[in-house]
Amino acid sequence: MTRRSGPATRPTVAPFAFAALVTALLAMPAAAETVTVITSFPKELTAAYKKAFEAKYPNDKLEILNKNTAAGIAFVREQPAGSRPEIFWASAPDAFEVLASSKLLQKTDAQNPAVPAKIGNYPINDPEGFYLGQALAGYGIMWNTRYLAANKLPEPKEWADLANPVYHGHVAISSPSRSGTTHLTVETILQGEGWPKGWGQLLAIAGNCAVITERSFGVPDGVASGQFGVGLVIDFFGLAAKNSGLPVEFIYPSVTSIVPANIALVAGSKAPEAGKRFIQYTLSDEGQALLLDKQISRLPVLPATYAKAPAGYPNPYSGKIQAKVNFDSNLSESRYYVVVALFDQLVTFRHKELVAATKAIQDAQKRLGARTSRELDEARRLAFAPPVDEKQAADPALLAAFRADKKDADASKRRAQVEEEWASKAKANYAKATELANAVK
Amino acid sequence: MSAALRLTRAAPAGGGGAWLLALPVVTFIVVFLAWPVATVLYTAFADGQGGFTTGHIGAFLSISLMREAFVNSVIVAIGSVALATLIAVPLAYLTARFEFRGAALVQTLGVLPLVMPPFVGAVALQLLFGRNGSINLLLGDAFGIRIPFMEGLNGVMFVEGLHYFPFILLNLVAALGNIDGAMEEAAQNLGSHGFRLFRRVVFPLAAPGFVAGAALVFVKVFDDLGTPLVLNVTNMLAPQAYLRITSVGIEDPIGYVIALVMVVFSIAALALSAQITKGRDYATLTRGGTALRKRPLTGWNAMLAYGWVLLVLALVLSPHLGLLLLSLAKVWSFSVLPDGYTLQHFALVLTDSSRMIGNTLLYCTLAAGIDVVLGTAIAYLLLRTRLPGRQWLDWGASAALAIPGIVLAIGFLRAFRGLELPLIGGALTASWIAIMLAYAVRRLPYAVRSCVAALQQVHVSLEEAAQNLGANRRRTARRVVIPLMMGGILAGFVTSFITAAVELSATILLATTESQAPLSYGIYLYNQSIATRGPAAALGVIAIVIVALGTYLSHLLLEARAGGAKFAVDTE
Repeated sequence: MTRRSGPATRPTVAPFAFAALVTALLAMPAAAETVTVITSFPKELTAAYKKAFEAKYPNDKLEILNKNTAAGIAFVREQPAGSRPEIFWASAPDAFEVLASSKLLQKTDAQNPAVPAKIGNYPINDPEGFYLGQALAGYGIMWNTRYLAANKLPEPKEWADLANPVYHGHVAISSPSRSGTTHLTVETILQGEGWPKGWGQLLAIAGNCAVITERSFGVPDGVASGQFGVGLVIDFFGLAAKNSGLPVEFIYPSVTSIVPANIALVAGSKAPEAGKRFIQYTLSDEGQALLLDKQISRLPVLPATYAKAPAGYPNPYSGKIQAKVNFDSNLSESRYYVVVALFDQLVTFRHKELVAATKAIQDAQKRLGARTSRELDEARRLAFAPPVDEKQAADPALLAAFRADKKDADASKRRAQVEEEWASKAKANYAKATELANAVK
Repeated sequence: MSAALRLTRAAPAGGGGAWLLALPVVTFIVVFLAWPVATVLYTAFADGQGGFTTGHIGAFLSISLMREAFVNSVIVAIGSVALATLIAVPLAYLTARFEFRGAALVQTLGVLPLVMPPFVGAVALQLLFGRNGSINLLLGDAFGIRIPFMEGLNGVMFVEGLHYFPFILLNLVAALGNIDGAMEEAAQNLGSHGFRLFRRVVFPLAAPGFVAGAALVFVKVFDDLGTPLVLNVTNMLAPQAYLRITSVGIEDPIGYVIALVMVVFSIAALALSAQITKGRDYATLTRGGTALRKRPLTGWNAMLAYGWVLLVLALVLSPHLGLLLLSLAKVWSFSVLPDGYTLQHFALVLTDSSRMIGNTLLYCTLAAGIDVVLGTAIAYLLLRTRLPGRQWLDWGASAALAIPGIVLAIGFLRAFRGLELPLIGGALTASWIAIMLAYAVRRLPYAVRSCVAALQQVHVSLEEAAQNLGANRRRTARRVVIPLMMGGILAGFVTSFITAAVELSATILLATTESQAPLSYGIYLYNQSIATRGPAAALGVIAIVIVALGTYLSHLLLEARAGGAKFAVDTE
């Protein structure tokens, strides 16, 4: 924060330093412009920007506040206008939507005209101009090479590979309700494969998972330390871990989407001009080149920057990463709450039962060999089919119950009913599927 | 026990002095706990049009997942208390009542698990006990088996028990130290030995300390968010509240209904524990320190005792070992031990984050100081006055245990929005004082429990004697009561201090500049990426060293005080 972070209010180790405090207060120098940045990005990234930005603009000071996205939103929202931070910088587009709809973002003309309008079908900058894409991120599969070798597992290539019985108990994913980027992957699979097939694939993969992690970072962390073999992660986690010398590999599967991580100017901040300067800097040639650092490993939005990248650096503009899915962000946004609630009720909170059903089905298939069985098909249908079809999921009444003002008691009751229906149906289906599969000879 | 010693309690009624003492306590609880939390929790009853509704409670009850989560939370809390008891009671009894070499060291090391910051602790534990942690890799190589230490509800109990047993240890050691050695001597003269002596005499006398500690463990585990989350167990109440508030949105009423249920249940659990120790008299006239206080250990008994203590210590300190290895590791992945070692993580955090260490010391000292002052006042009002509604002070302060950090932090931001600080200027919510006050509120219950337990063991006739000799109540409190309580007060200070040092959930919301952020924030920050996991562990090691030194110092102080207090009793 600007003046407040002057020496006057900085805590000192000795509690007796009150006199020094008052002296410092009186002697406070004319404050430079301070840009406060709320971000969920890791320290090595923010530290690189702080150093470079302050070197270029010696009169500006960059204050980084690292908070997870939810805490970041709450922080911005609870600050009175006039003393809010200048910049909000994070991955999940929904966080920016929440801020924009609460009138907490301010439009800027800080964009770099050299940045293309779209990546694939996805607009890089917010069409309404509230936030700008600052880097690109794609989802992919990361694995621990030692783990795979020790367990004699093949290297996966596609999402669908992870539903293969050999990976049972070796995979990890995060819940889309916990991580905006996981939500994008889930949506990508749903849009790429279609609703019923997509859910079938997701549930089969989830049934192979050792855990559904609470934080999206839990996946790359667990893979890096060898707790799990394979994980669904955002690209820079995989690339940065590999570049730090950990025994991991990362690939983009063919059904993936590339989406921007965003930066925005907060409305009601103390130093909007300096804030704008920082946004411009992050989008400039220099600012974009910082993303190529080994420990950061993010994809720049500026196509020209890739010329400076080391050999083998993925370039989404070159067509090297195929993004087969034309991501429809309106569809994704309209059913956001339904998709995440469905995932939590079917997978996150019923994971134990889902894993048991998956295991029973895989064992039954092993017993059958090449033969087929009607019971087993029925078990598969019970375990891996979503309780609502695409039409039902798009039902305006259902969407309304999930989107309504959270304080509305009737809507909250309706929502609780729907979730309860899904949860009990899922539990019963998993139990029945396990029973059917175990009975197959 | 001490029917003969039991005197009628000449507790003074709630006179003017009591009211004067109660006023600041009530003010603190209302302004910094009740009001901020109310600004958030009212959501559980708001219908969106400014009216009142109980519809959200109905919705909560209709969700089977919530009922399951509640049952799971209770099971885990009880299981963790059982495990914590198994670990803590032998440690406390052996080191406090026997001539045990390195008793101070054992008691200090035994407190360390409390300072394991949840993020780092889980990483370290995963590396050792996880699916492919060192232990399971070794077991897999040798016997082809794998033990799921860290999975499901059992995993939560395992980690929670290891993490929170120091609450019982600290309180029990203080309580054991306060027992009159003559009691044990009398029992021994009457032929009671070994386990029977422990079960029939020593343990019942130390019961207030044990119950205080066990109640803390229960409530703490019941409300704990970090451990289930890092173990990815979501079918419990606290994670459900957190997940709803952070994913559905800060306005989601069900999340606040859960918070409300946790508050009510936690207060009920504490009230129950108070009920158990109520109506009995634990006070003894003389304090510990008579000749037979520490008995010698010989032969097989000694071997068994040392063996057991070493085994337990090895288990409870394993996360620290894991953390230390991680802080020195170059790469540690899918192997029993790291591939190579380096000091560069320590070099990085010492140049980068030394300010955070100072901040933590400052905030936690102030917060724990506030806590023991308030805790002593509450204990005194509760046990030595008849102030109407005094029980509510205890419950009110203890309610903080059940308030999720994120709720309190949002409450602070809301309640004190726009409030300027006198003298220094700037908004309260933007200054480190808000962080410090949040720590004080969140850790107050620990100090209250320790102080109440300590005062319960001070016999009121000592004060009566002082008053008969002409000391007024203030002088009595200052010269007799507080010195006699000092062990408990220090235990409360240490517990508040060290747990505040690793507080994260409120910190993360209230830290407004990096220059005033404490250590726990730095650990969180470094843990956000794989490349800085080593520095995070290094910072964690530094936090543990600081706390260990603090605990050891207070232990030395306590020993010195124990002698002094005894002297005071003898001469008064």
